[in-house]
Amino acid sequence: MKHKPFFWFVFPSALAMLLFIFFPIVSVIVQSVHVEHEQVIKIVETCDLFGCKESTTVDHDANAALRSERPLGQFSGLKIYADRNHLAIDDLGGNWTSSKSWRDFGTQILNLPFYKAITFTLVFTFVVTPLVIIFGFVVAVSVNSAVKKIRGPLIFFSLLPMMITPLVGALILFWMVDARGIVGSTLQYLAGDPDLSVKASTPLTWVMLMVYGVWHAAPFAFIVYYAGLQSVSQDTLEAARVDGANRWLQIRHVIIPHLLPLTTFIALMQLMDNFRVFEPIVSFSAEAHATSLSWAIYNDLGGETRQLSSAAATSVLTIIGVAILLSPVLVRTWREYDRK
Amino acid sequence: MSSKAQRQPATVTCLVVAILAIWMILAAFPFLWTLWGSFKVEGDFFSKANWANALTGRLTLIETGGPFTSDGYYGAWVQEEFWRAALNSTIVCFFVVTISLTLGTLGGYALARSTYRYAFWFLLAALIFRAMPPITLVSGYLPVFFQWNLWGHTATTVIVLVAINQPFTLWMLHSFFKNIPAELDESAMVDGCTRFQAFRNVIIPVMWPGVITTGLFSFLLAYNDFAVTTMLLSKENQTMIPKVASFLGTTQTKGNVMFAVSSVVSVTAPLFLMVLFFQRQIVSGLTAGAVKG
Repeated sequence: MKHKPFFWFVFPSALAMLLFIFFPIVSVIVQSVHVEHEQVIKIVETCDLFGCKESTTVDHDANAALRSERPLGQFSGLKIYADRNHLAIDDLGGNWTSSKSWRDFGTQILNLPFYKAITFTLVFTFVVTPLVIIFGFVVAVSVNSAVKKIRGPLIFFSLLPMMITPLVGALILFWMVDARGIVGSTLQYLAGDPDLSVKASTPLTWVMLMVYGVWHAAPFAFIVYYAGLQSVSQDTLEAARVDGANRWLQIRHVIIPHLLPLTTFIALMQLMDNFRVFEPIVSFSAEAHATSLSWAIYNDLGGETRQLSSAAATSVLTIIGVAILLSPVLVRTWREYDRK
Repeated sequence: MSSKAQRQPATVTCLVVAILAIWMILAAFPFLWTLWGSFKVEGDFFSKANWANALTGRLTLIETGGPFTSDGYYGAWVQEEFWRAALNSTIVCFFVVTISLTLGTLGGYALARSTYRYAFWFLLAALIFRAMPPITLVSGYLPVFFQWNLWGHTATTVIVLVAINQPFTLWMLHSFFKNIPAELDESAMVDGCTRFQAFRNVIIPVMWPGVITTGLFSFLLAYNDFAVTTMLLSKENQTMIPKVASFLGTTQTKGNVMFAVSSVVSVTAPLFLMVLFFQRQIVSGLTAGAVKG
């Protein structure tokens, strides 16, 4: 295709991405190094019968003028990144000297909002991703050995947890594990503790969020593996069987090597997706026990006082995280292109 | 296949059946449970006394006189005006899907046919954009949208969702157009068509299977989105998902959590139908990127 038609074909799509993805990223970076203007204060002298008094008031005209002149606010450098809500460098140093043990240091760090968020995000990402792969694989192998006739309905129901809106899917599970819901009361019965509440306990909330994560993403791994299983060479399987391989050995030496490239694909996709974890925290109202980076941004943006600069700084830190996770995907795509 | 099944030992069969049974319960039961419970009163769905009340509907019978009640649906759809959110969702989804597909087919086609290296760079950039969490972009939009008075309108949200959707749409349609032989449109151009005429007369008639699959995923993205719609839409333009979330804040205290339950079921129903009718396309779409790579 020649340059000119290519340009016109791609133009609308490129423009949309430039305006609404590329510029916002730039805008976020710029915002994160600016803070709102301080209020301009003027001193007014009021005189009455008893003499003159000086009082200070907010100068609204000057404020408005300043804001229209420099709408971004004051340049603040990396100050926002270093404050208590983000990297909290001062607090970190303080904790380091004051804490007696590693454990102590760890608990103190988890009280800082940014570290609390990133800890949960990373634990979630690196626990859920392998579990999704394992569950997806087990289900795919099972469905593949089921009778052909019932495979359609099996796939239909398997797809549901993934297709459902994350916010809604998490709500459905949340209502079930409520202390008055079916799973919640079963847990109380099993634990023999009538006051057990998943919502009130930090470890149980973490576990529930991860259970949701696996439930939501396992169908993706399942469907990819299931498609991969359809192309396993029957000859190789037959040969393995003739050589006396039992079912487990067939899976171990024929099927798993065949599915390995798909595993890389699923793992890379899942790492990126799980790093964004956000909606389940809203659904579970779990912010007291677990927050994620995306949730922290959402929290800054919502509410009465929109803390745009703070949200922007967290966004930049999140983007850096995404970039680190994305780099293997880019390398892989790059190699594939060069191979062609 | 049958010979394999015969040779399968009984323990393996049992294991497979057990795994499938557990998985089916995990995957389907929460939905059935919530659907059933949405026709009960709160005292039954969240029963302090006995969870089995949700099945029998003891309190529902006492409070409303029948084993099932549609109070939750009435409260959500009529009293809390969920119909307005449903209408907004329909509008947003319709425009997001049409615009995404229009831009995506043009771009995807060009990317599939170009042999220059910059087409690859373009796709790589799209891949990077695809990885950005939408909420980080939202914090980039807000100050600008406030300043230019773009905040709160449906049109703004539609365009934002289209843009967020583009990277995925481009990748998917690009790999789909790659599978349509290039000789097809090239022969049309030899016959004197321009590039656009070739696209219009030769490619468009054969592209629908791929476009429908991609459209399904565009629809899902627009329909399921929470981060963008909750932040960029004013209260009267709200779509269904932020509306459900707003029920949690306001109605849980009022004791009308059943509004949220019934609206959750209402949100799920269209998705359920979509999977039912387009299962084959969804599966092929999900595996398109993976199996080839």
